[in-house]
Amino acid sequence: MNGQIVAVYGSLVTAESQGRIVQNAIAFCERSDGARLLSEVVRVRGQRADLQVFEETRGLKVGDPVDFQENMLPAVLGPGLLGQIYDGLQNPLPRLAEDAGFFLKPGMYIHALETDTRWDFTPTATPGEKVQAGSTLGTVPERIFTHRIMVPFRWQGEFTVESVADPGAYTVEQEIAVLKDASGEAHPVTMQQEWPVKVALNCSRRRLMPKDPLVSRVRIIDSMFPVVRGGTYCIPGPFGAGKTVLQQITSRHAEIDIVIVAACGERAGEVVETIREFPELIDPRTGKSLMERTIIICNTSAMPVAAREASVYTAATLGEYYRQMGLDVLLLADSTSRWAQAMRELSGRLEEIPGEEAFPAYLESRIAAFYERAGQIELADGSVGSMTIGGTVSPAGGNFEEPVTQGTLKVVGAFHGLSRSRSDARRYPAIDPLDSWSKYTGIIEPRKVERIKDLLRRGNDVHQMMTVVGEEGTSIEDFVVALKADFFDNVFLQQDAFDEVDAATPAERQKFVFDKVLSVADMEFDFEDKEQARKTMVEISDLFRNLNYAATDSEEYKKTLSLIEEFIATRGRKA
Amino acid sequence: MRKYFDEIIRIAGNVVTVKAPGIGYDELAVITTDRGSSLAQVIRLEEDRVSLQIFSGTQGVSTGDRLRFLGRPMQVATGDDLLGRIFDGAGNPRDGRPEVKTELVDTCSPAVNPIKRRRPDTMVPTGIPMIDVFNSLVESQKLPIFSVAGEPYNELLARVGLQADADVIILGGMGLRHDDYLKFRETFEEGGVLGRTIMFIHTAADPVVECLLVPDLCLAVGEQFALEGKRVLTLLTDMTAFSDALKEIAIIMEQIPSNRGYPGDLYTQLARRYEKAVDFDGAGSMTLLACVTMPGDDVTHPVPDNTGYITEGQFYLRNGRIEPFGSLSRLKQQVNGETRDDHRAIMNACIQLYALCRESREKRDMGFEMSPWDERLLKYGDHFEEKIMDLAVNIPLFEALDRCWEILAECFEPAEIGIRHSIIEAHWPKPLAESGAEETAEAAA
Repeated sequence: MNGQIVAVYGSLVTAESQGRIVQNAIAFCERSDGARLLSEVVRVRGQRADLQVFEETRGLKVGDPVDFQENMLPAVLGPGLLGQIYDGLQNPLPRLAEDAGFFLKPGMYIHALETDTRWDFTPTATPGEKVQAGSTLGTVPERIFTHRIMVPFRWQGEFTVESVADPGAYTVEQEIAVLKDASGEAHPVTMQQEWPVKVALNCSRRRLMPKDPLVSRVRIIDSMFPVVRGGTYCIPGPFGAGKTVLQQITSRHAEIDIVIVAACGERAGEVVETIREFPELIDPRTGKSLMERTIIICNTSAMPVAAREASVYTAATLGEYYRQMGLDVLLLADSTSRWAQAMRELSGRLEEIPGEEAFPAYLESRIAAFYERAGQIELADGSVGSMTIGGTVSPAGGNFEEPVTQGTLKVVGAFHGLSRSRSDARRYPAIDPLDSWSKYTGIIEPRKVERIKDLLRRGNDVHQMMTVVGEEGTSIEDFVVALKADFFDNVFLQQDAFDEVDAATPAERQKFVFDKVLSVADMEFDFEDKEQARKTMVEISDLFRNLNYAATDSEEYKKTLSLIEEFIATRGRKA
Repeated sequence: MRKYFDEIIRIAGNVVTVKAPGIGYDELAVITTDRGSSLAQVIRLEEDRVSLQIFSGTQGVSTGDRLRFLGRPMQVATGDDLLGRIFDGAGNPRDGRPEVKTELVDTCSPAVNPIKRRRPDTMVPTGIPMIDVFNSLVESQKLPIFSVAGEPYNELLARVGLQADADVIILGGMGLRHDDYLKFRETFEEGGVLGRTIMFIHTAADPVVECLLVPDLCLAVGEQFALEGKRVLTLLTDMTAFSDALKEIAIIMEQIPSNRGYPGDLYTQLARRYEKAVDFDGAGSMTLLACVTMPGDDVTHPVPDNTGYITEGQFYLRNGRIEPFGSLSRLKQQVNGETRDDHRAIMNACIQLYALCRESREKRDMGFEMSPWDERLLKYGDHFEEKIMDLAVNIPLFEALDRCWEILAECFEPAEIGIRHSIIEAHWPKPLAESGAEETAEAAA
């Protein structure tokens, strides 16, 4: 009880304290009915602190006590995170539902990890060994992974292992090791530890240049605008263009160890879909349910806005934690615009001088700092882990010239811009092949990708021209260029998310089909008229589309492929 | 405990600031003036200064007036006694009948735990082919109707209310013209659903703060019915009026506006309301249909734009018809697989052909030559608009599907419509299209 409320305005509370106030530390506002509402210090002026409250502030009064803490908003790290569904403050939602029923209850917080689960601990450190923050003391099996139990990351300096627990089953609260610091003081270690979510967690030898392609099995991404492990990318797009579907497909098919889904300020229905479907979907790579490798952080649009800001940081911290185990993590944040809006709301209440569209002046640096948490690192033991961040952006009015999109484009390695016109034409995924870019090298040789991009650009030019002069005013050479561009678009860039086979194309198959498509695009024809040209391209498009729907090496697949090869061998001018 | 305070130190817009210690945020008060009394809600606390928005507006409020704090947030009566009743934006009866005080609940309940939501899987039939066939409405969906002033969006809303088979219908009117309110009442009365309808009506002549309360009252009442296992349909019109009321209050409170004067938390404010649409796991559901008029027919205007990011699709109502392009029900995939085997095929084929028809029309308007295929598309487009798209068409889903088949058969050969053979064989209407030559000639002329 070291402070009291002096003002309440929306989610912002001002409190006065005679004691020490730590910026970004947490505090509890105590409502007269006894509920303790979690909040965070966001500004200090004299003895007054402005707090953003992570709950509805209804019922708080001037004079209500505030309990200031010294620590920053933490995430709890330890075995048992995988498969969990958390809110933005890392409360497990299933257990909240058990205790509170249909609705969330302000002031109700539940420990993020099950405290009575026992984990099979195998020690790897030996007494006398020198260790430091992040060093592995032992391991426990967590679902399909080996979970490393590490020296708490916030401990500074070198420690000597005094004792390590024998192999056996322990809860996350039991002591599994004792370490001695330089001054000889003993520190017990348990399997769980805390880390402040807003601080990047990185205990590594060095950061690496990310260059291993992250295969999402979405053709337009992997082949044209690739993402790498440890890289960053963004998906801006107007509503209805398919951002969330794209994120959902990626979360299912991406060839990666762990997926963290941060549903930030978006529709609850979409999270429900993931929650209900994932446990039933089998990950073909492991034969286990997809939920085994997934963590869901959901702060949907109806949940308190301040917690929305925290949710992306919570997600990033969990991702960094698993990266410390040498695993590859993919963090999908949907949508970063809602996170930015949460910052804007707070900034407005703090009466800060607004920047563009009333976003705070520090918007860009916050966005940059968030994406910088991605990266591939080499750990002390030489193993490599990575965290890739993919964020969707929901620009107002679908206009990319707005602060969040622009701030994001500056810092990401790949840009998958969704276009309204493509989604209206039902060309999914609606990633615009002319606007999008990637700084990474993927599974296809850049030289080949450039050739296809050039074809798409020329095809687009011809289409533009045709709207003016009509088909009859276009030369047959130009017309064929447009047809070839359409062909590539239809059979390679577009992908049916609802078809079992077409929804996910593995890397090998992508490379193979890409080469085939390229050979068709390179063919030269002697067409008599446009009708013949169109017919020919429709024929080959149809073959490729059937190929896309056929399971690899099925009868259908082989048959269609031989027809395609025959087409390539016999139909061009040089045949 | 009741508390009285009378030291009013500021009156601006609809907001009054009074010196009063010990007041809770969001608490309700009654202000008594020469004109009578009105409810007021706390929107800011600063030391001993309390700012309240006065529901009936501040006209005539004097520095000598008195406020009585009620020690509780906004509440609304719920339960079966409300059925058939009409209230205003402050929850007072508008129909001349006595007040209802049963089962009071706080408005603005916390968010529903996502774990307690079901995946929606029940179609809501409306009798409107453009909805049932092409963008099915699904129980617990939240869907806006994007429209512009002058379009029959209220009529459309009333029709859905009449035809959707809901246990309870709740209508929230915001900034409604008085005639529209009477029209709604009349329609529901004629349709015989008034007995299971509850209305909260704020007309354009009423104080603006009451406009802000309408959705909260509707949703709190609806939520209670849903928790009791009822299937609730909530209709809100017009959410743009609601957003404008938000803007007005925000500007009086000197909030920094973000986009065209709207407050930065517009998205959050709208989402908190729309997200009340729910299918409870183990109780009833609430479906939410809202009208959003787009100022200047501009979908990038902050209100429709933010709405589109929140809702599960949208209907565009333009020229008295639901637009097939742009309109989208994000949940339709969850129900239209189980209605009839040809539902999805018809849905895709009809729209693709209609899109081609529009291209042909453009070509025709630009003076390009029409091929026989273009002629067929043009004919199809006219039939489709008249027999399916017209809002006056009121037929159940299966009949609508059959009608689509008839139109297709009349205009095209089976191979031209891009539907799988097995489905065509099962559904192609027997008397196949005769030669369409003469009609094509007509269309060309």
